[in-house]
Amino acid sequence: MQPLKIVHSTFVPLQLENIDTDQIIPARFLKATTKTGFGKNLFRDWRYENDDETTPKKDFILNNPEYRGEILVAGKNFGCGSSREHAAWSIADYGFKVVVSSFFADIFKNNALNNGLLPVQVSEPFLQRIFAQTNGTTLSIDLKEQTITIDSTEEQEKFEINNYKKTCLLNGYDDIDYLLSIREDIEAFEKQTA
Amino acid sequence: MSKTLFEKIWDRHVVKSIQDGPSVIYIDKHFIHEVTSPQAFAGLEKRGLQVFRPDHVVATADHNVPTIDQHLPIREELSRKQVDKLIENCKKYGIELYGLGHPYQGIVHVIGPELGITQPGMTIVCGDSHTSTHGAFGSIAFGIGTSEVEMVFASQCLLQGKPKLMRINIDGELNKGVVSKDIILYIISKISASGATGYFVEYAGSTIRSLSMEARMTICNMSIEMGARGGMIAPDETTFNYIKGREFAPKGEEWNKKLEDWKQLFSDVDAKFDEEIFIDASEIEPMITYGTNPGLGIGITALIPTPESIPEEGERKNILKALTYMGLQGGKQLKGMPVQNIFIGSCTNSRIEDLRLVASVVKGRKKSEHVKVMIVPGSQQVAAQAKAEGLNQIFEEAGFEIRQAGCSACLGMNEDKVPAGEYCISTSNRNFEGRQGAGARTLLASPLTAAASAITGVVTDVRELLS
Repeated sequence: MQPLKIVHSTFVPLQLENIDTDQIIPARFLKATTKTGFGKNLFRDWRYENDDETTPKKDFILNNPEYRGEILVAGKNFGCGSSREHAAWSIADYGFKVVVSSFFADIFKNNALNNGLLPVQVSEPFLQRIFAQTNGTTLSIDLKEQTITIDSTEEQEKFEINNYKKTCLLNGYDDIDYLLSIREDIEAFEKQTA
Repeated sequence: MSKTLFEKIWDRHVVKSIQDGPSVIYIDKHFIHEVTSPQAFAGLEKRGLQVFRPDHVVATADHNVPTIDQHLPIREELSRKQVDKLIENCKKYGIELYGLGHPYQGIVHVIGPELGITQPGMTIVCGDSHTSTHGAFGSIAFGIGTSEVEMVFASQCLLQGKPKLMRINIDGELNKGVVSKDIILYIISKISASGATGYFVEYAGSTIRSLSMEARMTICNMSIEMGARGGMIAPDETTFNYIKGREFAPKGEEWNKKLEDWKQLFSDVDAKFDEEIFIDASEIEPMITYGTNPGLGIGITALIPTPESIPEEGERKNILKALTYMGLQGGKQLKGMPVQNIFIGSCTNSRIEDLRLVASVVKGRKKSEHVKVMIVPGSQQVAAQAKAEGLNQIFEEAGFEIRQAGCSACLGMNEDKVPAGEYCISTSNRNFEGRQGAGARTLLASPLTAAASAITGVVTDVRELLS
C-alpha cells in the first residue's frame, strides 16, 4: 500500500445521497479475478447511455471535462449496499485518493482504508459548504493533523480516524503485516479456547 | 456485570486489543464464494502465505453461476474462469468446496445453516454483506471486503472496532398475510436505509420468538439494508431443534456440552443498548418498495409519497430521483399496477418455507399470461425437498419457470436479469438502480405478495387471495 499523508487537489462534486456500491460498480463487472482496471467502469450506468462507452451521458459529472481532481465529494450514506471491495478499487483506479462525505457505510469505509483510499467524514454543513464552492476550488486534506480545508475560504474541519488506521495509512502498512506479527498470540488463543 | 448477547460472544473472541484502535477478533467460520475471493487468494500467493486454518473455511459457487444446465460447462467465458479459479484455489489451499454439481451447493447463506455449519456463539464472516443472515442463530456474523477475506485466510482473525448496539423489539401478533419479510421491510422503512449504520442489531420480542428459523434468517439477512453491520437473535428451543441432527451439527456428548453453553447466549435483563426501538407487530401490513433503496417501502394499500410532502431537501431529491427511475408517481397506489416479472429466490427468501408459502397461494391457480415468473431454490437440498414435497408440480402447473440453485436475478451478474424498463416483484433484498439488470425496476416484497402478483399480473394485496 502507498503511504498517504497530504492530498491537495480540486474535487469532483457528486451531489447525491445513498450512493450504493451497485452504482459505483455494477455486478456485471465483478467477474475479474484481479484488482486492476475497474476505474473505467466506475459509475458505469450513470456515465454512459445504454451501456455504450461511445455515448457518455452529458449531464453526469465525470463526463464534464471541467471537473477533475483526486478528491470525490458525495452526499451522505456513501457506499451502502454490497460488500464488494471492487467499489473501492474502482474509485482508486479512476485516480481518486480521498472520498469526502457526511456519512459512510461501514463496510465501504473499511474497504477504502484497506486500499489506501481515505474516507473523510465531515459534518453535513461543512459538506454543503464544499458543494457551494465554484469549480476549480481546491481542498487540502492533512491526514497527520486530521484536517480538511477549503483552500479559498480557509474553512477547516477536523475528521476522525482511529490511531491504528492512521498509522497504517501514513506508513503504507496493512492489517496483514500486523496480524502476521501476532501469530503466537493467535495460536495461544486457539489452545486456550479449544 | 450484565452483558448483551453481542458482548458475550464478542468478549469470547478477542485475541488482543490495540490501544486507541480495533480489537483482534478470532473467526470461527469463514464462508467464501467465487466473486470476492480470487483477489484474496492472489494476495496470499504474492506474500508467499498459506491459508492458516483451511478447516475453518467452506466454499461454494453461487453469485456468478447459471441457474440452468449446471451440468454443462459455463458458457460465458469470464464467469467460467472465475468459477474455475475458485476450484483451483480450494484444491491448492485444501478448502472444502461445494461447487456446481455437488449436492450441498447453493447460496452461501442458505447452505451454512441447512448443513448445521452455522451455530450459536460463533463468529462468522464472508465476503458478502448478507452474511448477517447467520446471526439468526445467535452468532456474530457480518460481511467483509476482499482485503479482509485475505486477512482471515492469513491469520483466522480480523481487526474490528466494537460497533454500537441497537435492540429492535417487535411484540404482538402478525396480521393475516404478513410474514417475516414484511417485518424487516417495515423496520427499514421506519428507520431508513442508513438508520442502523455503525450498529449491530439484536432483534427481540414475542413476535421474533414466534418465528421459525427460516423466517428469522430473512430478518437478519436484511440488517445490512438499514446500514447495520449485522443482526442477531438469541438462540432458543426453535434454534436448537433446527440445528439438531444436521450434517455438521455436534453429535452425542458434544451436543449436550454445546447445548448447555448455547443456553447462556442471551442479553442479560439489565444489559445496556446504545439505542432501543419498539415495534407493534399489529401495525404491519404486507409491504412493498416503490423506490431505489430498501428503506423506500410502504404498506400495500398505502399511497406512494409525493416528493413535495418531504420536508428535508436531500431526502426530497432522493425520492424524486427514485420515482423518476422507477417510472412512478407520488400520491398513487402501487396496488393494481401491471408487472412483467416475478423473481422468487435469493439469500433472503429461497428456503423451503418460502417455497411452501408460494405454493400455498399458487396451488390450483395459473400465473397471469402477462408475467414471466422465475422461482429459484436457494440450494440443491432445497430443490430436492421442493420436488419431494410436490411443490415443483404446483409451480409447473402454474406456469412458473423452476431454475437451479444460485443467486440468480438478485444481482444482475449472472445470466438471469430483468430487462431494462420492466417491473419485477422480487423476494430479494435490494432495489437499487440496475440491481437486477441495467434499467430494471425492482419492487421488493414477500414470497406471498410475489406469488399473489404472479397469479394476477398486477401488484396484489395477498390478503385478497387468501381464503
